[in-house]
Amino acid sequence: MGKVLMKGNEAMALAAIKGGCDAFFGYPITPQNEIPEYLSYHMVKEGRVFVQAESEVAAINMVYGAAGAGARVLTSSSSPGIALKQEGISYLAGAELPCVIISVMRGGPGLGGIQPSQGDYNQITRGGGNGDYHLLAFAPESLQETVDIVKQSFDLADYYRNPVIIAVDGLIGQMMEPVEIDKEVPKKTLQAKDWAADGHSGERGKRNTIVSLHLDAYDLERHNLKLKAKYDEMIQNEQRYELINIDQAEVVIVAYGTMARVARSAIAALKEEGINVGMIRPISIWPFPRKAFKQLPDTVHTLLTVEMSLGQMNQDVHLANNGRLNVEFYGRAGGVVPETQEIVDAVKKIVKGRNQ
Amino acid sequence: MKTQTVYKPTEGLVKRDLTYCPGCTHGIIHKLVGEVLAEKGLLDTSVGIASVGCSVMSYEFFNCDMQQAAHGRAPAVATGIKRVRPEATVFTYQGDGDLASIGMAEIVHAAHRGENVTVIFVNNAIYGMTGGQMAPTTLIDQKTTTSPMGRKKEDTGLPLRMSELLATIPGATYLERVSVHDPKHVRKAKKAIEKAFDVQTKKQGFSMIEFVSTCPVNWGINPTDSIQWAVDHLIPYYPLGVYKDATEEATDEN
Repeated sequence: MGKVLMKGNEAMALAAIKGGCDAFFGYPITPQNEIPEYLSYHMVKEGRVFVQAESEVAAINMVYGAAGAGARVLTSSSSPGIALKQEGISYLAGAELPCVIISVMRGGPGLGGIQPSQGDYNQITRGGGNGDYHLLAFAPESLQETVDIVKQSFDLADYYRNPVIIAVDGLIGQMMEPVEIDKEVPKKTLQAKDWAADGHSGERGKRNTIVSLHLDAYDLERHNLKLKAKYDEMIQNEQRYELINIDQAEVVIVAYGTMARVARSAIAALKEEGINVGMIRPISIWPFPRKAFKQLPDTVHTLLTVEMSLGQMNQDVHLANNGRLNVEFYGRAGGVVPETQEIVDAVKKIVKGRNQ
Repeated sequence: MKTQTVYKPTEGLVKRDLTYCPGCTHGIIHKLVGEVLAEKGLLDTSVGIASVGCSVMSYEFFNCDMQQAAHGRAPAVATGIKRVRPEATVFTYQGDGDLASIGMAEIVHAAHRGENVTVIFVNNAIYGMTGGQMAPTTLIDQKTTTSPMGRKKEDTGLPLRMSELLATIPGATYLERVSVHDPKHVRKAKKAIEKAFDVQTKKQGFSMIEFVSTCPVNWGINPTDSIQWAVDHLIPYYPLGVYKDATEEATDEN
């Protein structure tokens, strides 16, 4: 099949089916409703499981049960809904259960608004659940990249036995773009889920338990260290990013998702004015692509973080930069998407200030 | 003299010491559930869900696959398991703090959807594991660590009757409240558990068996008197019996 024109949310839903998703559990919330709507028809048609839960809390715990029984499971939501899922996400990480979570981000805090936002960077990369845990977190910029990542995420979740979260802003969820759904994506070699508590203790010859409880402190510490070894492996192997136009760049923008798309236009506009600007585009936001920052040429004097928030990823940029280059920030919040000219102006201000 | 086996531990429970307090009826209820699963040949194909509270450790005791859920969420976890593994026998084991307070939405909606799972609900009218706080099921004038002057309806309402509440839900199939305060009632309770698992095997939908139970430690009453207290105070407010039996109407998909 070649490219088809699809809406972001529907493309993600179809990609989940193509990625081998066995079951979906979710709850309505704007701007991600096309995902459950699409799946409520197509999952059932495929003989797979679709349940509209009574709440996001119930949905994520259904994910826990189904994942613990060895199924490939998806849930999707948006910002306040992801907040409600955080308890379950912590349990999933603690019990080492694989699943895929899609967050179509909107403005906050609280009920906030329904316009696109990147105000949940900290929610996604730091999490609101308790304890030492991490999610593998991706933030794609185009529908093709989103679809490819959704398909791979089921493999990655199974490989690491850890939840994978895909964070797109509402704009990516709602826009239409041509996508090639059946494009080949890298696959992991996976082992059978012999740990699953799925009601086959007879055949297996032993009973399995899915737990996150470790009452003995030393036992829990051992478990934490086991999880850390897994997170370290992710940091080593899963940093994903794109370097754009960095040769000879004096300013490098750091932006992800929709913001990276706007930044591309700004970079092109600035080039016409003779200002050489590059971009680090994080694709994984946890692990944050620190490796990218080591590849910048000596021409770069300033990093400009651009976000649809008031500066959340910017903290990671500071950590990755470690005081080496000047770091500036430009962002809009509440569902306002910065326009090309705003980024052009922010870059010009930096360049002008430097030349004074 | 020829020896004859008159009693042996059930295969339904793992051979290890229970962690429950002396006089608590969790032990009897565990044994009954284990016996029923073993006798019906369901152990090898069952998944149980431990909830949060005293019975959080039940995943160590039931001799089948087990998952431990977050507080109150066992019916949602059960839904997830049953939907992807419909051939498995799925049951939750929950206390009254877990089921009737924090997990109210999950239990109501599991019943509402008619999930084909079995709920074992152990109601001792108090939070046990956290040290004896008031539950929605705590009786009026009952003293707990968060109702030290006794529960007052003006501040905290009247105790919740879960079987009666769930009986109003069209999706629920079988609901019965039982007790294990004497051998006669223990035998009756076992029959109720058998019925509930039969409902699930026949794919007839949601079943729950509520147990009137005890908590000698947090009630501050010795085990013998606790049994009597349950009979004198809990059972009058929480009458035993079948609250819903829609098995006749339920479509037998087998």
